[in-house]
Amino acid sequence: MSKIYKLMLGAFFVLSASASFAVTPEEMLRDPKLETRARAIAAQLRCLVCQNQSIDDSDASLAKDLRLLVREKLNEGLSDAQVLDYIHARYGDFVLLRPPFKLGTFLLWASPALALIGGGGAVWWNLRRRRAEMSAGTTLTEEERHQLSALGAKVWDQDHPPLAD
Amino acid sequence: MIVESGHFALALALALALAQSIIPFVGARLNDVALMRVARPSALAQFLLVAFSYSALTYAHIVSDFSLVNVIENSHSMKPFIYKISGVWGNHEGSMLLWVLVLSFCGALVALFSATMSDKLRADALSVQGLISAAFLLFILLTSNPFTRVSPAPWEGRDLNPILQDPGLAIHPPLLYLGYVGFSIVFSFAAAALISGRIDAAWARVVRPWTLLAWIALTLGIAMGSYWAYYTLGWGGFWFWDPVENASLMPWLAGTALLHSAAVMEKREALKIWTLFLSILAFSLSLLGTFLVRSGVLTSVHSFASDPERGVFILAILIFFIGGALALFALRAGALPVGGLFAPISREGALVINNLLLSVICATVVIGTLYPLALEALTGEKISVGAPFFNGVLMPIALPLALLMPIGQMLPWKRGDLSAALSRLRVAFLIGIAALAVFLASYGAPYLSVITASIALYLIVGGLSDLFQRVTVRNDGARATLTRLSHVPLSALGASIAHAGVGLTLLGLAATGWGVESVIAMAPLKAYEVGPYQLMIEEITPRQGPNYSEIYAQMTVQKQGVTLGRIEPAKRFYQTRKMARSEAGILTIGLGQVYVAIGESHPDGTLDARLYYKPLVTLIWVGALIMALGGACSLADRRLRIGVARRSIALRGGEAPT
Repeated sequence: MSKIYKLMLGAFFVLSASASFAVTPEEMLRDPKLETRARAIAAQLRCLVCQNQSIDDSDASLAKDLRLLVREKLNEGLSDAQVLDYIHARYGDFVLLRPPFKLGTFLLWASPALALIGGGGAVWWNLRRRRAEMSAGTTLTEEERHQLSALGAKVWDQDHPPLAD
Repeated sequence: MIVESGHFALALALALALAQSIIPFVGARLNDVALMRVARPSALAQFLLVAFSYSALTYAHIVSDFSLVNVIENSHSMKPFIYKISGVWGNHEGSMLLWVLVLSFCGALVALFSATMSDKLRADALSVQGLISAAFLLFILLTSNPFTRVSPAPWEGRDLNPILQDPGLAIHPPLLYLGYVGFSIVFSFAAAALISGRIDAAWARVVRPWTLLAWIALTLGIAMGSYWAYYTLGWGGFWFWDPVENASLMPWLAGTALLHSAAVMEKREALKIWTLFLSILAFSLSLLGTFLVRSGVLTSVHSFASDPERGVFILAILIFFIGGALALFALRAGALPVGGLFAPISREGALVINNLLLSVICATVVIGTLYPLALEALTGEKISVGAPFFNGVLMPIALPLALLMPIGQMLPWKRGDLSAALSRLRVAFLIGIAALAVFLASYGAPYLSVITASIALYLIVGGLSDLFQRVTVRNDGARATLTRLSHVPLSALGASIAHAGVGLTLLGLAATGWGVESVIAMAPLKAYEVGPYQLMIEEITPRQGPNYSEIYAQMTVQKQGVTLGRIEPAKRFYQTRKMARSEAGILTIGLGQVYVAIGESHPDGTLDARLYYKPLVTLIWVGALIMALGGACSLADRRLRIGVARRSIALRGGEAPT
């Protein structure tokens, strides 16, 4: 356990007597770059005992523990992905606000693409059908054309040139 | 006595709702005008009864009648008056009663403003509306009765959840429900059209104002809820992709798609079947949202009631109405005549793409919201689907949609010329590209913000370009220009305004990436930087409120020595519920805000604080207001008024208007 973590934990016990509010100044890392990374990671992790909050937003003491854990791991020199993996391994899929890509979540991740392909396909099919109907509807039969020209109309459509007078 | 009368009125409303659902329907089948005309008075009477019942519950809350369980659990004699009123819907039973109140209000509106539609359409629509009312009244009376008494009555109540004691909550739920439940009207008309097998442009003209009304209310309700979360939950977030928020977003997305497809149907008689489907879908998603929120199937910030028995009841209502409507749809939709034809590059074509993308977004939100529930029910696996998922997946669909919006506006009906439309948008494109360069140079990261902000500016300019070009088509002086402006159809004006509103919201969202945050222990009388401003605590003092005590910090916000304003962020403690709540201090400067939330104070006199500078943040909600304004503009369009619909029904040789 790192020195800073111990210090923080000490501070935590002193301060946890009453409700705190999400990230507190004491928790934060000295190195602003590392702290920014810690915040970004915390926004991706769910507070397990809360109602749909990330640990970055939560007042719960468990969220605080996790925030401290994230910072401890960053201090140890782990990369962002390694920290996420470490917490994922310990707490399971539930802790990740971005669900992992695996068999059980395949449909979830594929849903926008499937909806787009399915919907796009339906639109394309419908347009084609419409167009087929349109051209079918505008073409006169041979008989109709003769009837119309008998009435004196000049009849032509896309497939047939006007009949000779 | 008043409480008992309210309870009785509710039971009476149920009986009336049942009568309203059966008699006009039978009348419509028998072509009996007298039976059909039962619909209007019963819809009006039902509304009056539910309104009376609701007033009785409100009265019990105002006089702190602690013999009612509902009042004990959600009120306190010392609670401020306004929260005694808003507290009526700040709990499960009361909010369900509000839901039914709005539902019967919608029924009454249809009864009052349907003079021009045929008896048959009105009778069928109101009987479906009555059936929905009956189902929910039964739900309230059997599982969620707000009039349950307790004896002996306690001396004091348990107070309302502190985060609900806020002016924002006094407006948010009624607006949201008007939106949610407003779609029931469209649903009822869709069901009526399917039952009678008649659907035409006149139907679309009848339905579009109701869709607009519901959409406007839902837009405002969601914006209000978002702003409420922003300033009460204390960390400046405004959208959490919480299932309860998604529950309101789903019908909004479907409703937005419906507005656009109904426009196509009204103008060109195309997309009839799809418009019918969306009419059913919008309210079905409202019902799904009600189920998610009210059944206790989720637990989240908003779910202040949970009881599995209720869940089963609402689920049954959900399956009956959605299943019934979809079955009717499957049975009848195939027989409906296909409408107007159009080329792929046309206004209709663009609106089809708009509907496709909105539907994909809607489907993604629905699946993302339900997936963890389904997965847990089926396999026991628990996953979380949160903001990183939704933001990551939806932005690649939403941004292209934003790019296409002005292009669609520029295309004419039936058959359009893409290059002509694009060339009319060249100013918007140039501004977008210039913005991209400027933002990249001045901010750099995050790239998503840079791209989104550029698209937003393009969208604002592009949305208004159509209007501008219509008005300045000839250079013949200000007077002629103004005359032309007054001749622009209000629905086109509304579309331009609403699209610009979407752009403004998008700009506000993009700017969140450029915000500044600092979490520090602040010492009094010392200036701290946050963005371009300096914040200083002048004094930290305790204060006593009506039903809470608080510690607040008097802070000044300065820029280069000039005081711009004062804020008083506070930390409140509600004695009855033993709950703390942070009250943010917010100063709006231009379009941005300085936002401060305070936490623990330390023995050395310092105070933990979260300081934010959020540039352009107000645009998120201003944009929503402008979207609603655009909707209102469109609603005022003369062609949507009822007289024109009457003429066109008469011209069609349809059923005689009454």
